[in-house]
Amino acid sequence: MQFHVGTRKGLFTYEKNSQGWEITHVDFLGDNVSMLLHDRRDETLYAGLNLGHFGAKLRRSSDAGKNWDELTPPSFPEGETVPIPQFDGSEAKQKPASLSEIWSLEAGSDDQLGLLWAGTIPAALFSSKDRGDSWELNDSLWNLPERQQWFGGGKDESGVHSISVDPRDSKHITIAISCGGVWQTTDLGVTWSCRSDGMRAEYMPPDRQFDPVIQDPHRLVRCPAAPDNFWVQHHNGIFKSTNNCEKWEELTAEPSSFGFGVAVHPNDPKTAWFVPGVKDEVRVPVDGKLIVTKTEDGGGTFESLSAGLPQSHSYDIVYRHALEVDDSGELLIFGTTTGNLFVSENGGESWECLSTTLPPIYVVRFA
Amino acid sequence: MPHIEFTSHLKRHLDCPPTNVGGATLRESMEEVFAANPQLRTYVLDDQQAVRKHVMIFLNGQPINDRIHLSDPVTEECEIYIMQALSGG
Repeated sequence: MQFHVGTRKGLFTYEKNSQGWEITHVDFLGDNVSMLLHDRRDETLYAGLNLGHFGAKLRRSSDAGKNWDELTPPSFPEGETVPIPQFDGSEAKQKPASLSEIWSLEAGSDDQLGLLWAGTIPAALFSSKDRGDSWELNDSLWNLPERQQWFGGGKDESGVHSISVDPRDSKHITIAISCGGVWQTTDLGVTWSCRSDGMRAEYMPPDRQFDPVIQDPHRLVRCPAAPDNFWVQHHNGIFKSTNNCEKWEELTAEPSSFGFGVAVHPNDPKTAWFVPGVKDEVRVPVDGKLIVTKTEDGGGTFESLSAGLPQSHSYDIVYRHALEVDDSGELLIFGTTTGNLFVSENGGESWECLSTTLPPIYVVRFA
Repeated sequence: MPHIEFTSHLKRHLDCPPTNVGGATLRESMEEVFAANPQLRTYVLDDQQAVRKHVMIFLNGQPINDRIHLSDPVTEECEIYIMQALSGG
């Protein structure tokens, strides 16, 4: 068993041996590793870096991190611009479009070997047919008139952080945008439709709170075994859809519904995990107690899981890509902003702390 | 010929030894460097081919005037330094 942890200062690979979980490999020490993808189709590892001064970069390893190739990252064509929404009814101002961050990275289906999808800040979707050697901007998403209304949530610009390919049909793809709602294509990105109906944005004026194109889903995941079932950790709480994003239902969890990450059980669409914070303006665990909330009945009830997690003076927040469940639904990992890394091998009932000294953790992914 | 040197921060990520280049403007000089070292381009310039927000370019010890078009003239004796800004780290 192996998983990768992308942090503010490097990529750490963990493996389980007879002694337990151990770091077996460190890459890009000192550099910001903001996104990871382990492509099981050809056992290739991709790392999205954000080098600060020198911009967003993409590296690829075909030998488990021994050697890395530098790839040309996605880039915006000459003359393209991104909007700066004005919120006073006037037309959005524009600024030059330039890649700020690769915010999501997913593989195509098994019948699309070599096909990769990248979501970026500013919000756009890129595809590669050659394992990341070259990238093409998805024009139809980029040219949507609604894009002029999208805006950044936490980041200066809007971004695509979630990409989910339907296991039944690889032409069906669902993406989520902060702040631009949920969008779906059924023709491999030729056309898109907004699928945020039912989501609520408390941060907007009353008459726009249910506007589907400015929603802030923090993270979207789909149940692989029941692909019409989605969960979203939204800026305003927890939402689920059981009808392929046709309609979303808001759910309430105690002690809080605010957070960034969500994981759904691979075989049971009614089981999902979250790591809550107090609320958007106070981004720390409730009462300093780090917990995982879990539902097993589709959000009817939520159980607070705390065994093995710090229950006093915890100020950990779990970013949207830093909570993952494996194919069994039993093995979970999450990493926090304060460099704590936890693993559970029983569906979240109890947790083992693997480190308290890692850099801030942005992304965790199973190999 | 204009002479270009690069910050050691950049040398962590890719090979970019000091070099002499031609060109009448900074854009022309940089394009010559990128032709020989294509990967360097995205480290110095953004997608719209302007200087990255957190990269500084000095000509004879002075910050360049035109960070968008890189139209600053260069001369035979010119010293060009590509540095990281103190912001952006």
